[in-house]
Amino acid sequence: MSQDTLNFIFIGLSFAIYIVIAVYSRAGSTKEYYTAGGGVSPLANGMATAADWMSAATFISMAGTVAISGYDASRFLMGWTGGFVLLTVLMVPYLRKFGKATVPDFVGDRYYSKLARGVAVGCAIFICMTYIMGQMRGVGVVFSQLFGISITSGVITGGTIVFFYAGLGGMKGITYTQVAQYCVMAFAYTIPAIFIAMALTGNVIPQLGLIGNYTVGDEVVPFLQKMNNINTELGFSEYTSGKMSTLNMFCITAALMCGTAGLPHVIVRFFTVKDVKAVRKSACWTLGFIAVIYLTAPTIGAFSRVNLVEKLHDTAYVDAPYWLQEFEETGQMAWVDKNDDGKIQYFGPGKSESGSFSVFQGKSPIYPTFDAPEDQRIGKHGERLLATKADTSNPNELWFGNDIMVMANPHMAGLPMWVIALLMAGCIAAALSTAAGLLLVLSTSISHDLMKKIIKPDLSDKEEVNYARFASFVALAVAVYFGINPPSAFIAKTVAFAFGLAASSFFPTLLMGIFSSRMNKEGAISGMLAGITFTFGYITYFQFLDGTPDQYFFGITPEGIGFVGMIINFVVAFVVSAFTPRPPQHIVEMVESIHIPNGSSEAQNHDFEI
Amino acid sequence: MQNDNSRAHRKACLHITLALLAIWFFISFGCSILLRDWLDANLPSIGSAPFGFWMAQQGSIIGFVLILIAYAFLMNRLDNKHGYSEK
Repeated sequence: MSQDTLNFIFIGLSFAIYIVIAVYSRAGSTKEYYTAGGGVSPLANGMATAADWMSAATFISMAGTVAISGYDASRFLMGWTGGFVLLTVLMVPYLRKFGKATVPDFVGDRYYSKLARGVAVGCAIFICMTYIMGQMRGVGVVFSQLFGISITSGVITGGTIVFFYAGLGGMKGITYTQVAQYCVMAFAYTIPAIFIAMALTGNVIPQLGLIGNYTVGDEVVPFLQKMNNINTELGFSEYTSGKMSTLNMFCITAALMCGTAGLPHVIVRFFTVKDVKAVRKSACWTLGFIAVIYLTAPTIGAFSRVNLVEKLHDTAYVDAPYWLQEFEETGQMAWVDKNDDGKIQYFGPGKSESGSFSVFQGKSPIYPTFDAPEDQRIGKHGERLLATKADTSNPNELWFGNDIMVMANPHMAGLPMWVIALLMAGCIAAALSTAAGLLLVLSTSISHDLMKKIIKPDLSDKEEVNYARFASFVALAVAVYFGINPPSAFIAKTVAFAFGLAASSFFPTLLMGIFSSRMNKEGAISGMLAGITFTFGYITYFQFLDGTPDQYFFGITPEGIGFVGMIINFVVAFVVSAFTPRPPQHIVEMVESIHIPNGSSEAQNHDFEI
Repeated sequence: MQNDNSRAHRKACLHITLALLAIWFFISFGCSILLRDWLDANLPSIGSAPFGFWMAQQGSIIGFVLILIAYAFLMNRLDNKHGYSEK
């Protein structure tokens, strides 16, 4: 049986399961559509949230990011798990007690203002849009890999599927489908890691392999020492040291953590369980399931880097393994024979005086058109030629995208075909589950918060759902466009911006709304606007305009600026609220009541028991 | 009566929250970022991994899960004590 047939069987099978579940548990009412009726078990909700959380970007590129930057990539590992601690102890139990369907709902009611609600809707839409762009890119990568088509057609194919899929079930359908998707993803991620750990370190558990010995070859060395040796030999910085400044590392990690705690599509997941107690339990499950994947990612990154270097560095192109050509075909790897010796050389920035190790000029490879003469498309060793000029300031000849580490990993390690098929199904599950969850929040933000609560309060249920469908179509179209023309080179980076924006808008506003009964609408609105304007401006200036790295504010990259934006939000909000009137009495009482964990009507009954 | 009770509950809840957040800060920002170089050099390695590096890529994540389990346990106990548990 060929690899393609096996891929189709695995993916077809998983799709069949999702569709059966989605049809079986589709939403019957608007309440079920938005929050699944509020009766999902903590365990199921934990799995579903984990699947929602594990985006295509995380699934596909995180291990690659770890492989390339070693210690420095810890910011993603910690940021995207540690945020759940903030989320659980500071946010969701209180928001669940408040008991509304969406995050802008809370902001609008707590700050007794349509303007606050409007700003919150704007922020929610913006964050989800930024986030979903990364997803569409991820979907495109998977489909291009799967069907051997270009990433552009992959993005469009994926977008179409996601649209039909997300329209099916509402929150209830999505939740139960995501439970199945989590299972597929967890197996797809850990099984290759186990195989490779056994091959490289003789250890069944990848996490132990990472801190164990490298057992391939004659001499046995500690695995991480082997990594460091490879890196220093090739001119990279030591794998376990990293080269990012401590301040920048701190800011990025903090921005990712606070951003996680302010992401509307994650918060809304906890509105689907029964009560505050169930929220706490569900959060434990969620982080537990997420940890399974996040503890495996660094092992996959390290293992595949060793494999990649051992298999390709100093190998003649004609002897290189078959998958190199496959990935050249999809534009995820490229080889430029700078010294004309027919061999592949992979070197880091330490091997050249210019300090760069770019293979060609520009960020990603550009190829000659299909109708170009053959000698412009195919080189003398059979390699795929680039249209961009080679960067001759350094000796590095091999380029690969971050995505390659997970996708090519089983090929590199020579794993059985069904493992590769399972991985494909896992990638698609990751992309679908997150995109579906995001689309739901996007469309409800527009239909519920914007249309129903601000513009047309007399909207009927049916009209509301129609607006939601239309909104998700438009949102997806925009996301597909940016998926084809990503504003930033790597998927993980595109997503990181969503976190910066969430950290500078929702996180402080919600936190103050929950814990300070003195915070009024003037403070909250000006804080949100100041935070998001600053963060958005900073990112735009350095990503889309002509900002250069030496202009960075204290050396903080755009990824970490959300942390500064958050502080600005806090300061502005407190200063403005100190000079403006107190919030009305019923708001103060509302803030008091969300700190009491059980239903307010039942609380009075308990008075007699005390 | 109810006011005193809810105030005491809220105060105890705040203590739990702040204590857990202090641990959270220490294992993530403390061990894995700010003190990493010192820990790498001075503490025993975990397997073959330097201590700070291991904390950053594995240890902190395990710690986060434990924090959440502790939070659920402590808060449920607190709710029971103050008569706020459901049913």
